[in-house]
Amino acid sequence: MENKEQAIEEEILINFEKKIENGDSIEPKDKMPDGYRKHLIRQISQHAHSEVIGMQPEGNWITRAPTLRAKQILLAKIQDEGGHGLYLYGAAETLGISRSELIEQLHTGKAKYSNIFNYPALTWADIGAIGWLVDGAAIVNQVSLQRTSYGPYSRAMVRICKEESFHQRQGYEIMAKMMAGTKEQQEMAQDAMNRWWWPSLMMFGPHDSSSPNSGNAFKWKIKRHSNDELRHKFIDKTVQQAQVIGLTIPDKDLKWNEKTGHYEHGAINWYEFHKVIAGNGPCNKQRMEHHIKVHNDGKWVREAAEAHRLKKERQN
Amino acid sequence: MITDTQLELWEVFMQSKPGANYIHAGSVHASDKSMALQNARDTYSRRGEGTSIWVVPASAIVASNPDDNDLFFDPANDKVYRHPTFYVMPKDAKAI
Repeated sequence: MENKEQAIEEEILINFEKKIENGDSIEPKDKMPDGYRKHLIRQISQHAHSEVIGMQPEGNWITRAPTLRAKQILLAKIQDEGGHGLYLYGAAETLGISRSELIEQLHTGKAKYSNIFNYPALTWADIGAIGWLVDGAAIVNQVSLQRTSYGPYSRAMVRICKEESFHQRQGYEIMAKMMAGTKEQQEMAQDAMNRWWWPSLMMFGPHDSSSPNSGNAFKWKIKRHSNDELRHKFIDKTVQQAQVIGLTIPDKDLKWNEKTGHYEHGAINWYEFHKVIAGNGPCNKQRMEHHIKVHNDGKWVREAAEAHRLKKERQN
Repeated sequence: MITDTQLELWEVFMQSKPGANYIHAGSVHASDKSMALQNARDTYSRRGEGTSIWVVPASAIVASNPDDNDLFFDPANDKVYRHPTFYVMPKDAKAI
């Protein structure tokens, strides 16, 4: 009996890998190895949670945006992030996990979200830095994921990428405006740069030499570029944009490598990275408490919607 | 007693402009059809992506089984007469 099951598993794997090899995309009803399904649920849900938790540091500034224009833009951006979370939850659900389970995994800490949102948005310049650096880093990753092998994930990425570039530009515009402003504004922008630069580099994850999850992720074409490749792409693009507006990259070891055609960055503080992942960042507790509170506060709305549906059904 | 749920799953199909095919955009959660329509609009058409939306309860959709693809989608290549190139046109006739 066990042998028979094993043989079926093996056949599934062989057919699946043949498809991957051909560059075919995998759809929800296709047979796939358990490891593929699990990896995707973990990655897509983490991605979805990041979009939603990412609304918090920015939401904090809606009431304090300096102009009506800035407020409108920020609202639209945060609404997009909520939408991106929904696209991704939808993609994760096609793998057989329910929305309730996904939220429960977030609340119990079983599922993670991007470390970057455990840092606080202290000044208006942080809103600039988040859009420019954090969304900039996210775009580099998401552009690569447009070609991921799982169809629903890839389609969500295509949709998200179309919308993200406005986010990055609005952040860069805030930074450029502040750098063209008073000395205090320039200092504020540089301060935000100093605080967000390294966490943004950490968004790409550990160096390729110490990345534990990437073996099958590459083989099964979930991941298309390595952490370090994507990190370099981001740095190359961003250093130039910083120079144009007069911001200094807070890395004294940063240098251009003529041979590789990329910048080389100084050592990343992985101790801090692991400390924040383990729950000891400046805002971990606050972010999760807020999400749980809002989820619980919304319970009566979901129940009322359900009651309304039942009442309507009875009337018909 | 009503229990807290994440509401029902609906699939969203969008027409990008009048006359175009309706294309699957993604899914939303909603308790009824009017909420599904509103959520679909807010989630999938914030930048004029659509001029018309269909929402369908996911449970009402029947999908083909990929395991049956070979049989189900057999291209019937032996029925060459289904293609216009099968037919011999008289030498001087113009194609319509």
